[in-house]
Amino acid sequence: MATVTLEKVVKRYGPIDVVHGIDLEIGHGEFVVLVGPSGCGKSTTLRMIAGLEEISGGAVKIGENIVNDLPPRDRNVSMVFQNYALYPHMTVAENLGFSLKIAKRSKDDIEKRVAEAAAILGLGDLMERLPGQLSGGQRQRVAMGRAIVRHPDVFLFDEPLSNLDAKLRTQMRTEIKKLHQKVKTTVIYVTHDQIEAMTLADRIVIMRGGHIVQVGTPMDIFHNPANLFVAQFIGSPPMNLAEGIVGSNGKLTLANGDVLTLAPDMAARVPEGTAVTLGVRAEDLAIDGHGRIGSHISTIKAAVNLTEPLGNESLVFFEYGGSEWVTRMFNPRDIAPGETITLHVNMESIHLFDKTTEKRL
Amino acid sequence: MMVSHGTRKIYLKWCRWIGTFLAMSAICIPGLWIVLSSFRPNVEILAKPAVWIPQDLNFDHYAAIFSSDPGQGAVPVWSYFQNSLIIATTSTLIALLIGMAGGYAFARYSFKGKDTMFLGFMLSRTVPGIALSLPLFMVYARLGIIDTDFGMILIYVALNLPFTIWLIDGFFRQVPQELNQAAQIDGCTPWQAFWLVEFPLAKSGIASAGIFAFLTSWNEFALASQLTRSTASKTLPVGLLDFTSEFTINWGGMCALAVIMIVPALLLTFIVQKHLVAGLTFGGVKG
Repeated sequence: MATVTLEKVVKRYGPIDVVHGIDLEIGHGEFVVLVGPSGCGKSTTLRMIAGLEEISGGAVKIGENIVNDLPPRDRNVSMVFQNYALYPHMTVAENLGFSLKIAKRSKDDIEKRVAEAAAILGLGDLMERLPGQLSGGQRQRVAMGRAIVRHPDVFLFDEPLSNLDAKLRTQMRTEIKKLHQKVKTTVIYVTHDQIEAMTLADRIVIMRGGHIVQVGTPMDIFHNPANLFVAQFIGSPPMNLAEGIVGSNGKLTLANGDVLTLAPDMAARVPEGTAVTLGVRAEDLAIDGHGRIGSHISTIKAAVNLTEPLGNESLVFFEYGGSEWVTRMFNPRDIAPGETITLHVNMESIHLFDKTTEKRL
Repeated sequence: MMVSHGTRKIYLKWCRWIGTFLAMSAICIPGLWIVLSSFRPNVEILAKPAVWIPQDLNFDHYAAIFSSDPGQGAVPVWSYFQNSLIIATTSTLIALLIGMAGGYAFARYSFKGKDTMFLGFMLSRTVPGIALSLPLFMVYARLGIIDTDFGMILIYVALNLPFTIWLIDGFFRQVPQELNQAAQIDGCTPWQAFWLVEFPLAKSGIASAGIFAFLTSWNEFALASQLTRSTASKTLPVGLLDFTSEFTINWGGMCALAVIMIVPALLLTFIVQKHLVAGLTFGGVKG
């Protein structure tokens, strides 16, 4: 276990900066997920920590040591790659024991630790197989096993689940979380999937265009997104948006002419005349007669486009303020497309973003 | 007339067999004829009309070329064999070593002028070797390396290298780069990552590049006939010329020497062919 510290870390390819001087502190045994759209610099950051990419500026520390100039082998990190990167000419047992063999551990020690890792990940029956004879999930497990036998200071995961089908992904996600609870090693995990980030992380680091946009616990980020980008990126279904202007007496006038009444503390916070983007999560909208939310509500009306039944609830899509909105309907009933519904907006949970800076108000 | 599905299938099967037989005949009959002729007396080889079924098979030609009497058709087979072996083996090893370094560099690194250099390698293959023989002869004469093993090794390394690099580059490209990175994270030096992970996976490709290089050097005639003079460096293909004299050609002896030349090449191909089966890289990464 070790801390990982990034200080003003820069990655430059020729004249182009892809990571712009980011700062981040990761604690002992913490599970941190770097998340963002493709090209945001999250994988590059991970690879700089691993030593697979040169660091163009700033410092990466593992524990107390600056590791900028150390080769990967001297950093005591393990990495699970997106495409597993198992050695195809070695059996599962050889794959697991490879790093220990390179470290010239005794045969008994190697056997013991390989057996230990195999037991944790349930690989017992597969030890003599070659990677080509394994299924995707099994290969993924071997890749994790290879990472844990070394007892590294830090685990690095580079989109490890993106090659698996949906069902297996959910299953492996749980296994990774269990594994972390068992071994309690510091984990840095890269993904573009916000659900993985939400479910796995102690803290989420949201990146965009080579910058860190927000760092926080999943709940913190979900409830208090720093800006419009984070608000849209985190949460499923994505946040509903509409443009408007804050008027006098805490009234929010939307572009479509509807007027919503802001909760008192928000009305006090946002100056009159501010052009804003309103953000409402699907959970903060309730169809009339299907649950009640909060004490401070505004009511809107809209025509339904379509519904997606999910069993215990349905997602209801409707046109509002020039874009498509969505809400969850509990105890669902049949709604015909085109039917006008009345919805209650929980004004205590809405988000307002400055229209120009996109920052949360 | 309607032809049933079953009849059609049998018909196609026969067509395939006949096609294969004809193709294999075109490839094998000349070789078979050489082997047969090496065991037949000259009278029978030269008989008109041709004697298709051998009447008299013996080892006379072999005995003659290994005898000590040049009048009987003896040639310094051992010297030629030795030269061929030394030249072909050494040039192949050198070509493989340089080819591995070059192929790896082309597969893994980007550097200035990479594409141009690669194109240059390929273009060098378009020049017929024989066209270079005169300039080479002059340069070699000045350097004093005509009729030496060293000279022949040098020319064969140059001849084989572009193709060797091209082949090995292709095989290293098939080995995913993440394997090297995984090995480095697992504690390997770059050198260990190469030898323990990438090399074993590209081994089959390197073996096939080796066979190509060996066979090219082993069978090459045009340049060797210009640049070798004596038993000091004459190779087996050039040795075949010993059987031609002003008025006659000793076909039997020539065929016997040709057989001696073919056997090691066949053996080598046979031994290495199990390494030629590619596909070992399957399964390491998501396909």
